[in-house]
Amino acid sequence: MAQASTSNGFKPVTSWKVWLGVVPFFLFAILFLLLPSFRLLTASFSAPDGSFTFNNIIQLFTEPLIVNSYKLSIQISAVTALGGGIFGFLLAYSVTVGGLPKPLRSVLITFSGVASNFAGVPLAFAFVATLGRQGFITAVLKNTFNLNVYDAGFNLYSFAGLSLVYMYFQFPLMVLIMAPALDGLKKEWREAAENLGANTTQYWLKIAMPVLLPSILGAMILLFGNAFGAYATAYALTGGRIGLVTIQIGAQIRGDVLYNPGLGYAMAVGMVLIMGISLGGYSWLQAKTERWLK
Amino acid sequence: MSFLSRLRRFPFWGWFWLILGALYFILPLYATFAFSLSWDPADPFKAYERSFGDSRFWNSFLLSNILALATILASIILVVPTAYWIRLRLPQARRLVEFLTLMPFVVPAIILVFGMIRIYSTPFTIPFTDIVFMQPLTQFKAGTNILIVAGYMVLSMPYMYRSVDTGMRTVDIRTLTEAAQSLGASWFTIITRIILPNIRSALLSGALLTFAIVVGEVVLASFLGVNAFGPYLFLLGQHRAYEPAALSFVSFLLTWIAMGLIQLVTGGQGQAAGAH
Repeated sequence: MAQASTSNGFKPVTSWKVWLGVVPFFLFAILFLLLPSFRLLTASFSAPDGSFTFNNIIQLFTEPLIVNSYKLSIQISAVTALGGGIFGFLLAYSVTVGGLPKPLRSVLITFSGVASNFAGVPLAFAFVATLGRQGFITAVLKNTFNLNVYDAGFNLYSFAGLSLVYMYFQFPLMVLIMAPALDGLKKEWREAAENLGANTTQYWLKIAMPVLLPSILGAMILLFGNAFGAYATAYALTGGRIGLVTIQIGAQIRGDVLYNPGLGYAMAVGMVLIMGISLGGYSWLQAKTERWLK
Repeated sequence: MSFLSRLRRFPFWGWFWLILGALYFILPLYATFAFSLSWDPADPFKAYERSFGDSRFWNSFLLSNILALATILASIILVVPTAYWIRLRLPQARRLVEFLTLMPFVVPAIILVFGMIRIYSTPFTIPFTDIVFMQPLTQFKAGTNILIVAGYMVLSMPYMYRSVDTGMRTVDIRTLTEAAQSLGASWFTIITRIILPNIRSALLSGALLTFAIVVGEVVLASFLGVNAFGPYLFLLGQHRAYEPAALSFVSFLLTWIAMGLIQLVTGGQGQAAGAH
């Protein structure tokens, strides 16, 4: 109707006037999202004296401090994406097609919604109170089982400890993404497979997994990005002693610790690139799954 | 049914993973609560009394709530008319706007604040002259408040926009708009009196998610030098043991309340935000 009245000339709205309605949004996006991002990009190509250079980008791959921080960030993101992904998938499986009572599903989904949002400083402090040197579980293990986890080589403020903390928001996110995907597995597929004589293993390997795999991979890639961009949790837990990319960038903002501002901007750009690739991969794989799981 | 066949139908692994997951969820929270009570056996709530007795806590917490409220209001004012206009008149802009609302997933808080500081710590001059018409936003209080609210709007944009857009899908805004127009309503009336009330549950869920993101947020606040709750809690953790545990537990409860309310108003689908 609206289109009809427009073409009849009752309300002559020229096309550029229609665009005026979204000007505030685009203005906001340009001022507070695009311009800051774009400025980092241009700044990463400028030398300390302001001239154009590729040096900062080259140094991203040669400066050991930076290479190591990317390595560490990629490692922790990959480990928690894989671990959180597998654990989250198993949990989502249990409450959807795994045969557990129905009400548990909504309980788990609610809990996952809370836990995936419970991050940053409070999460770090919760784990300090749990598994820190004076933590509650540390004390319980010491007093009742005579097991000192810190003597046994565990350290909350290390790679393993930080991974454990990241898992707290990683696997719930996996549950939230996978539960709807698992719901999309049709009963008829299973019945058809059984009628043709397939056993459970064959059904999973030949039918369910191929359908779910893009979704699982996509979700894990999203988890990777989720961990890669994390800053507050790691900073609150280790006080900046763990050299993740985000921590290095934070130190660079506080004071030029790399002794080259351009290098800090280049680090930021490298990070946005990795995040962009992971989000792109996620949406590509998600679109692939949607064909089957509607 | 024999015992054995019942045993075979019992989803052992399902329960195993669920219990493991439940332990992962609950143990840190239980431990945090137990730890916060263990300061003084004679007065188990000492950490809470100390925390709530500190005026700096209330000041920072109040500030965070005000920032959250400002973010929510400004987001609604920005997002609702935009989403409405795109659905009604400008579907060709949908992809571009959706892409922009997803960008915060690619530009994490630490990068966003880095870029903002880089841009807004220099004074604004009239182009091609040296005449300064505005001091750098990072140099005065109102300026940093504008920056931080804008930054929070960016961080919550994916959730806010999606909530509002989903809400508008379920009501027939075109018919509502035409009916209102034929009765002589202005655009302002249509949006405030017709559209907003019809998407109130979507708005509420977007607002609560924004609240959950903003109240404990620490990256933007600490780098922009705003004394919000996040930086306060962080500093407290540097030299205290029991109060941070108590306040962490409280902020977990707040997240729970926000998420529980979302479940209540949307009736299902949990959502994930992220201020990690």
